[in-house]
Amino acid sequence: MKRIEAIAMAGLAAADQDALLICNIGYPSRELFSVSDRPENFYMLGSMGMASSIGLGLALARPEKRVMVLDGDGSLLMNLGSLASIAHYAPDNYLLVILDNCCYGSTGSQPSCTRLGTDLAAMARAAGVRRVRRAEGREELAEALLEQGVVVARVEAGNAHVPIISLSPKEILERFMRCVLSAPQS
Amino acid sequence: MRAILPFLLASSRQRFNGLAGYDINMNPSRAVYLGLRRAGIDFVTSVPCVNLQELLGLVEADPDIIHLPATREEEGVGICAGAWMGGRRPALLMQNSGLGNCINALASLDLLYGIPLLMIISHRGGRGESIIGQVPMGQLTVPLLEAMGIFHLSPSPAEAEEAVAEAWKKAESGHSPVAVLFDLDFWRSL
Repeated sequence: MKRIEAIAMAGLAAADQDALLICNIGYPSRELFSVSDRPENFYMLGSMGMASSIGLGLALARPEKRVMVLDGDGSLLMNLGSLASIAHYAPDNYLLVILDNCCYGSTGSQPSCTRLGTDLAAMARAAGVRRVRRAEGREELAEALLEQGVVVARVEAGNAHVPIISLSPKEILERFMRCVLSAPQS
Repeated sequence: MRAILPFLLASSRQRFNGLAGYDINMNPSRAVYLGLRRAGIDFVTSVPCVNLQELLGLVEADPDIIHLPATREEEGVGICAGAWMGGRRPALLMQNSGLGNCINALASLDLLYGIPLLMIISHRGGRGESIIGQVPMGQLTVPLLEAMGIFHLSPSPAEAEEAVAEAWKKAESGHSPVAVLFDLDFWRSL
């Protein structure tokens, strides 16, 4: 499965579940913006590694909202402590989707440690995350996108030819927060 | 190493010369905690410092504050950014050694998008420091904040409650992180 297909599925699933969607820096955000833009998407333009943490803070701040996060193998490897925090606080409105293409796709596809056998699903389990799934193809991913916890989906290396995001950081944040704060806070 | 020795000796002398200039009637940890309350802070992430232990206990016991110990300060910046997007008023409690772990997230998340954050920082490595490893970041903390254009202040215990509350207001109105630094003299002024 190409990554942009997995991203399109996640975008659709988020829209279908009225979920907030935090998306990782680089081509993943560009691909999501091109195939499934909605104000409920937060596109990261910097701070590599922070996607899972932003989503965790949001999920704990707004327990009545479903929060999905699209992260990558390289960026999760930068912030592995996040798996321990996710396990510890375990909000049931939170799903971390790791799209594992075994490389740093936005910088020239240099191999990441998952190419050499590092198993992010096993690491999530070892960190204490109770619900961890692997998704090998479209059907497994479609099921996993309804879950909570952590999903590791294997995707092909390579980026789609998509333009850069045409929104400013301020526009991304403001329209996202309008969606978040329009619902009554519990 | 050689350059640091005179500094440590001077610090050591300073420790035994007393701590003039601070209001000894206010418990410093409680003053910071009351400032957090006054600011309406309702979401805290933390990485511990020995000088924050009493404050962390107060925050943890407060039913109006969600408190998440983080594994690393940068993670705390990310979690607090998400909490802000979710309508909370976030603060990050940490030691200044952790500031170095946060630089990229402070710059390319908080400063880039205009996300406010109150940083409560135990400022080690200055006057009275006994751990040599704290000295380099102790000396770099203010220059790093200034290089990033992040407003900072270092109140006395008597000023701390109001300073913390004002710092949050500045963060929110300026759409930026703000740092309140508390050095060793502050925590020892009981």
